[in-house]
Amino acid sequence: MMERVNTWLREDPFRLPRAFFIGASWLLLLSLLFPYWRMTLQAPQYPGGLRVDVYVTHLAGDVSEVDNLNHYIGMKKLHEAAQVERFLAPLAIGAAALLGEALAFTRRRWAAVLALPAMLFPFIFLADMYYWLYRYGHDLDPNAPLRLPPFTPPLLGTGVVGQFRTVAELQLGFWMALAASFLIALGLHFRRVVRTALERRQAVRLGPLTLVPEGARG
Amino acid sequence: MMHGKAKGVILGVLMALVAACARGGATPVAGLPAEAQTVIRERGLSPEDVVAALRTYVPGGKYDEYVMFASGGHSGQVLVIGIPSMRLLKVIGVFTPEPWQGYGFGEKGTLEVLAEGFARGKPILWGDTHHPALSETEGEYDGQFLFINDKANARLAVIDLRDFETKQIVKNPNAISDHGGGFVTPNTEYVVEGPQYAAPIGWEYAPLDQYKDKYRGLLTFWAFDRQKGRVDPDRSFQIELPPYWQDLCDAGKKVSYGWVFCNSINTEMATGGIEEGNPPFEAGTAKNEMDYLHIINWKKAEELIRAGKYEVINGIKVIRLQTAAQEGVLFFAPEPKSPHGVDVAPGGEYIVVGGKLDPHVTVYSFEKIQKAIAAGNFERDPFGVPVLKFEDVKEAQVELGLGPLHTVFDDKGYAYTSLFLDSAVARWSLGGPYRKDGAEPWKLVEKLPVHYNIGHIAATEGDTVSPDGKYVVALNKWSVDRFQPVGPLHPQNFQLIDISGGKMRLLYDMPIGIGEPHYAQIIKADKLKPFLVYPEIGWNAVKMAKDPNATEAGRERVEVREEGGRRVVEIWMTAVRSHFKPERVKIRKGDHVIWHITNIERARDATHGFALGGYNINLSLEPGETATIEFDADQSGTFPFYCTEFCSALHLEMMGYFLVEP
Ligand SMILES: [Cu+2]
Repeated sequence: MMERVNTWLREDPFRLPRAFFIGASWLLLLSLLFPYWRMTLQAPQYPGGLRVDVYVTHLAGDVSEVDNLNHYIGMKKLHEAAQVERFLAPLAIGAAALLGEALAFTRRRWAAVLALPAMLFPFIFLADMYYWLYRYGHDLDPNAPLRLPPFTPPLLGTGVVGQFRTVAELQLGFWMALAASFLIALGLHFRRVVRTALERRQAVRLGPLTLVPEGARG
Repeated sequence: MMHGKAKGVILGVLMALVAACARGGATPVAGLPAEAQTVIRERGLSPEDVVAALRTYVPGGKYDEYVMFASGGHSGQVLVIGIPSMRLLKVIGVFTPEPWQGYGFGEKGTLEVLAEGFARGKPILWGDTHHPALSETEGEYDGQFLFINDKANARLAVIDLRDFETKQIVKNPNAISDHGGGFVTPNTEYVVEGPQYAAPIGWEYAPLDQYKDKYRGLLTFWAFDRQKGRVDPDRSFQIELPPYWQDLCDAGKKVSYGWVFCNSINTEMATGGIEEGNPPFEAGTAKNEMDYLHIINWKKAEELIRAGKYEVINGIKVIRLQTAAQEGVLFFAPEPKSPHGVDVAPGGEYIVVGGKLDPHVTVYSFEKIQKAIAAGNFERDPFGVPVLKFEDVKEAQVELGLGPLHTVFDDKGYAYTSLFLDSAVARWSLGGPYRKDGAEPWKLVEKLPVHYNIGHIAATEGDTVSPDGKYVVALNKWSVDRFQPVGPLHPQNFQLIDISGGKMRLLYDMPIGIGEPHYAQIIKADKLKPFLVYPEIGWNAVKMAKDPNATEAGRERVEVREEGGRRVVEIWMTAVRSHFKPERVKIRKGDHVIWHITNIERARDATHGFALGGYNINLSLEPGETATIEFDADQSGTFPFYCTEFCSALHLEMMGYFLVEP
């Protein structure tokens, strides 16, 4: 088995980083189907709590009930947040995935920048989430029935507002995007390893893998 | 987890306690909280009391194993009670407006339901509810619908058990009173409404000296359309009966499927008149040693209907008495004496009749009835109805005590009969296929005193083809000294009896502060599949479908138009915690108002009320529900409207102004 992999890699040592790039782009696309972030509200009168799941493209769960509660403190309706992002996100992810894929088919040094959008995506998501959480907690309607000092709901972990305990957690979609990010980093790493080895015309052994054939190539 | 553990501990503690009490109660029991002992001592509880308390205790958050539907008597309503906790869960408005559910207080749908039950256009806003009947599939309760009759006005109501609300009231066009209803045939093909006091068919007048010629009984088979959840009068029919006062009825099942049995009193055809020196009804109707068990072949009756052998009277098909007697639809068998209940055993083999004025229950064999009919060995009554011979059809008579009324069954081959005059429940053994344990058949086994004057009796799934044999509830007419006096009108008493063990055990007394309940049926709770919120926003609870006038959030509006020379104001409103939208509605005196309100909540229990003082309007809007009110603004003024359900911290602020300019 290993021997066959090695033969396959000897034919073209860039196949290994390419596999990582392609895997990452598919993983990223797949992450569209799963929630990235979840907020759970716990209060005595909601046994089991209220849940809002944030996907890259939409919100799911007890959105209207949470909106109902939020209106007491003058918070805007959840679906009004990040509308531009939600519209653009599938396109952005598609583009990032395409770029990742393109990276797999070029050996040029500068092409590493193509990996950046896909690699950074999970962090951009978090930064954007934080921005909206901040805005929602600070942009409260001054005419709301209950007036609260501005606050930022937790991006991760637990926060308390009134009798509500809020728990924010990352979900499968986010972990998939993060894994894609990691795969791309690995791909870039191996891409460099292969390139350096080729320049020096020597074989690189990674455990059972042989990345560059012994003897001349280039 | 915590619950289970806590319960285990409490049970252990109490069982230990019981053991201690049984030994004299002085020895402290390891692990028993001192508080429990103190409570037991201070309240003077016996070991039996402690066990009974444990048997019925259901902690909050845990559900009862059974749900009992009890008639609300002349409150005109239905009571929903959990068993074994005996907690009242709901009062369903049926024939009487019910303010908490906003039933009959302005909401168009429920007003229309109530209006279906008006007699000759005259509003009738109460009923004497007697016999709740759960819908059945193959003789088992299926938890879909509940039916109940109104004895005073011969009406039948349909309650949908998805939301426990009344959907239809059918006024019997030809009968004025009923008693032997409602009960269902084994697949709810029909909801049967038995008559009570004989009267001329179709609310006609006839002097009492024409009793034999003009007065009649009437058995109604209301066809039920399960898909629509409504009685279908077009497919329904009636059978004309002699003017013996038919009383209770029950449907045959399994081997006796296709038949219905009713008993009767007043085969004497007494017409009363003590003021003229006649014997009073109570004596005149109780002269004969035997009355008649009515044996009705409804499958045969269906054939007659298909063959066109009926007359249409007031819009419903009626098989005339002579046809029923001649064509093998109707038979009689003698039954002693002024009997009360008639109840079919789970397998359908036996029909048990409570003697009332005779200390026996009489058990008839369906097989023997069929043989007697086939042999043609009968005489005819004055109306030409075949009367089978008592000895030919009787299986057994069991002496139980004074005033046997109603019988229910368990899973071990025993029957339970209420004894009105004895104030007791009798347990007795059935024979035939029910006697596999070698015990002597047809014999009184045990009697348990109850408090007091027991009428009906109900058992867990006790009139289906497979009773559960866990509990019996005694529905007592008098409570006398059982409860804190609340004036001369005493509560009536439901008593929970454990029948699962070797001896019957009284577990709980439940006072009923509403009406004089009659009968009850008890269903396994997990057979009920009610909505928790309405399936979609804008649900019309009467039509059980989305309402075309559902108001969507953001589409609230008020429209004014001219119609027939007057202004019509139509309002589309939403209700959500904690506001109505719009909050102000301003119109002119004399305007006609059509007002749709949608509760756009999706959270369980987020019900809003809508009360409009001065206009007799009070709605209950459960999550998702759309309701419509319609009225003439005949008084000017400033009318605050508000939410009647305490829905949130800002509930008091959930209001608005309805301004009617002079
Ligand atoms: Cu409210």
